[in-house]
Amino acid sequence: MAANGSYPIDRIRGDFPILSEEVHGKPLVYLDNGASAQKPSAVIDQISKTYETGYANVHRGVHYMSQIATDAMEDARRKAQMFLNAADEKEIIFVRGATEGINLVASSWGRANLQEGDEIILSVLEHHSNIVPWQIVAEQTGAVIKVVPIDDAGIFLMDEYEKLLSEKTKMVAVTHVSNALGTIVPVEDVICLAREKDACILLDGCQAAPHLPVDVQALDVDFYVFSGHKLYGPSGIGVLYGKEALLDAMPPYEGGGEMIDRVTFEKTTYAELPFKFEAGTPHISGIIALGSAIDYLNGIGFDAIAEHEHGLLEYATERLTEMNSIEIVGTAPEKAAILSFNIQDVHPHDVGTILDHDGIAVRTGHHCAQPVMDRFDVAATVRASFGLYNTKSEVDALVEGIKRVQEMFA
Amino acid sequence: MAGWKSGHIDRAWKPDYIDPMTELSKIDSTTQEIIDEFAFFDDWMQRYEYIIEMGKALEGLPDDRKDDAHKVPGCQSQVWFYARRENGRIQFDADSDAMIVRGLIALLLRVYSNRTPDEIISTPPEFFEALELGSHLSGSRANGLHAMVTRIHAYAKAFRDELSADTIEPETLA
Repeated sequence: MAANGSYPIDRIRGDFPILSEEVHGKPLVYLDNGASAQKPSAVIDQISKTYETGYANVHRGVHYMSQIATDAMEDARRKAQMFLNAADEKEIIFVRGATEGINLVASSWGRANLQEGDEIILSVLEHHSNIVPWQIVAEQTGAVIKVVPIDDAGIFLMDEYEKLLSEKTKMVAVTHVSNALGTIVPVEDVICLAREKDACILLDGCQAAPHLPVDVQALDVDFYVFSGHKLYGPSGIGVLYGKEALLDAMPPYEGGGEMIDRVTFEKTTYAELPFKFEAGTPHISGIIALGSAIDYLNGIGFDAIAEHEHGLLEYATERLTEMNSIEIVGTAPEKAAILSFNIQDVHPHDVGTILDHDGIAVRTGHHCAQPVMDRFDVAATVRASFGLYNTKSEVDALVEGIKRVQEMFA
Repeated sequence: MAGWKSGHIDRAWKPDYIDPMTELSKIDSTTQEIIDEFAFFDDWMQRYEYIIEMGKALEGLPDDRKDDAHKVPGCQSQVWFYARRENGRIQFDADSDAMIVRGLIALLLRVYSNRTPDEIISTPPEFFEALELGSHLSGSRANGLHAMVTRIHAYAKAFRDELSADTIEPETLA
């Protein structure tokens, strides 16, 4: 619903079959896109099409079906490459999701490059999947984790970050957009400052990739991860981008088929990038359908998506601000389409349970970001996260649902 | 009830004696009572308002008893459960920070508190299905119902096996 009315919302909603489902007799209002987005027919149909017309194992068969499947998979890799503007398709590693991507870097890059006393910088905004893998590798190597604080609005404190940076800093791993608050981190500045100390940078792009255009070359970032299922693609597939030189120097993460050059019991040599990091048969249909999701997003265009979602966030923020006894958690001026809030004296779990009966899907809980909850001294929040198919009337439904909750718990 | 009519009257004079058959029918009548109460409501809002009302009325626990040791794992909201034995029956005290969960606790205590271990063990939480609270309430683990019933049954089994215990600490539960 862009201001000029040109955003083709009806057509877009029509592309997502699940949006016409009813929940408890009410139309589904899906505001849990931050957890996982729904899938357009283009993605759903592609999964069937792969299995119906173009499926076999990839990269090893001389037969026709294997060639077709391999071509389709490698085509999807090029789509992901262009999506992130990576310099080379070899820099696109298919992983199960962002979690696996971060674990891969923490384990492979971390164990090869971190030594006792080296420092890893994270921020309070991180999702647990960008905390725990670093804690594991820190424990193994003796590296130390430093945490960038945020202010009361949920803004990443650049000054504090600068103070934490030193010659000991070897890795800066921060989120591009906070999943719990929606804060957009000024990653250009984060990267610039890290470069001065020759530190490596990983960005968790899970909540950014569905909302903003990402250009890894312009950012000059070393590693970038995102999950396909949040990008309107299938679950179980994601992308790790890594600079070729870094990936080349890193030891393999998992061993198995696909990732080898030559195996003998005396010595095994590994395959070239990207296959060195793709052990075993990959999620072939998921990869191909992720390519379809990228095509779908490109078809709408990120400028239009960002404008539409920004309008929804502004409208929702405005409407909730007008209401009594609502506290918005995370009020950074630069936010992606995520709105976290609490209703005074009502537990988020109760809010979610009642909203569900109105057909409204929101996330309640700590959002796998307990340090953020601790920072704001709350156990949990209600999170409405918007996607490209949401509408202002769905925001209105949310507002009505909140009013009902307030009446019921008064 | 049926007990004294069928010649069990002298047993009823012994204060500690609990006739398993009589009590079993009592737990069943409690669950039936709850089902009947919920059948009275026209829509989900009324059912939930009733649960919220029960949640508000639940005595709960003082803050100093809401400790990590007595937290029930597997609940999205925080839930604390205590159990003690008095005159052969298990008394539960419980609380949650979420009101709907407090209401569910009130329902669970009506059914399971002040019962013998065997009665508790032989009563699965199936009566919840009949309350039409939405399939997610009975089926999902998110609201902690499953975790709470598991905890109640675990306490009951521990009290059955530890005949002399007056209290059971949660860390000893299987």
